Amino acid sequence: MKTPGPTARDAGLVACSVCHLLCPGQPPGRQARTDKCPRCGARLYSRKPDSIARSWALVIAACIFYIPANVLPMTTVTSLGTVQSDTIMSGVIYFVQSGSWPIALVIFVASVFVPLLKLFVLSYLLISVQRRSRSRLKDRTRLYLITEAVGRWSMLDIFVVTILVALVHLGALATIQAGPAALHFAAVVVITMFAAMSFDPRLIWDAKEKTDE
Amino acid sequence: MISGLGDPRDIVKRIPAMHLMACHECDFLQKIPQVPEGAAALCARCGTVLVRNKPKSFQRPLALLVAGAILFVMFNTFPFLTFKQGGLEHRTYVVSGIRDLADQGMPQLAALVAFNLLIAPGLHLLAFLYVLVPVSLNRRAPGMFRVFRYLRLLQPWHMVEIFMLGVLVSMVKLAKMAQIVPGVAVYSLTAFIFVMAAASAAVDPHEVWERWEDPR
Repeated sequence: MKTPGPTARDAGLVACSVCHLLCPGQPPGRQARTDKCPRCGARLYSRKPDSIARSWALVIAACIFYIPANVLPMTTVTSLGTVQSDTIMSGVIYFVQSGSWPIALVIFVASVFVPLLKLFVLSYLLISVQRRSRSRLKDRTRLYLITEAVGRWSMLDIFVVTILVALVHLGALATIQAGPAALHFAAVVVITMFAAMSFDPRLIWDAKEKTDE
Repeated sequence: MISGLGDPRDIVKRIPAMHLMACHECDFLQKIPQVPEGAAALCARCGTVLVRNKPKSFQRPLALLVAGAILFVMFNTFPFLTFKQGGLEHRTYVVSGIRDLADQGMPQLAALVAFNLLIAPGLHLLAFLYVLVPVSLNRRAPGMFRVFRYLRLLQPWHMVEIFMLGVLVSMVKLAKMAQIVPGVAVYSLTAFIFVMAAASAAVDPHEVWERWEDPR
């Protein structure tokens, strides 16, 4: 068994979450602290406050928004009196049918795959931390970093809607309007970004130290 | 592999704090060796990059930021995409879509897009200049470390590169319906993405943070 080195918390130190300055911490056992980092002014905490509760709340909120985001229309095209509404999935299917496979794949990954993956990965990480799992610590840290980095790309569909709305402006001939799903989908993206930010990957490693002692 | 640093309680007395660093992903406390230029130090426990030694010059990122500022003004003022169909021509700007979303009764969405596309990148540029100009002159500006912190918090919300992918998707989507002509703003936006990415990559954040202890 490897002897684990101490963590900053064991040494009575707190690393600033923004600039990584090591600051002296409060005696162990006291959780609430309101100290600020002397260098950059960020709030200092050994572990993010209420990390698990906050992440769960945001994950659940995002799951709720995810339903209207996929059921309601994303765009509504009015062309010569005919009205056609498209959801996220029907937009993907349109590209598949018209033969633009690469574009269909890009939209599918950004708007369907990534948000779902993010919700599943965050739930998995939260459950594994709550069960104090000690398996694959390194892989789970990496999984968290990837999830956090990739989440913003889901905004792609919102930007596409913004551009289409601006471009297709032909009065009675053709206009595109943003549908209610756009708002819900944007909420999913923003909320999952906050959920990933409020999760503290150091909690993954805390399970290891508890059992090694 | 992982060697403990001994008893955690008196670790601070034995090893000077400037050589110690706690991994920001797993809180593992470790000694950071001298990192040769171009190399990086990884966390001994979870493998996250802790320190990357980049060239110690602020000339290059500053030059890139000045170019970024010019490009920022350009993509906001020049025509963006033009829609052509038969005799019809409809010219748009980067802000057109944001204005149209607000007109269609979605001010929240318009505000979010404006934040991701214009406000966050603009603030990013200004904050970066506010920190790098004094640092490169070996001076301090009031609150510059605080500003540098905001800069790092702002980073994930700056989504110009995702918008650019959106431009490509929209052009393919409308290709059958009309001719879409990219304007100067499209090219300036592309250049802006590369210039800002290069500026961020050229700055070692620890090099800025270290000025706090040692104003040279």
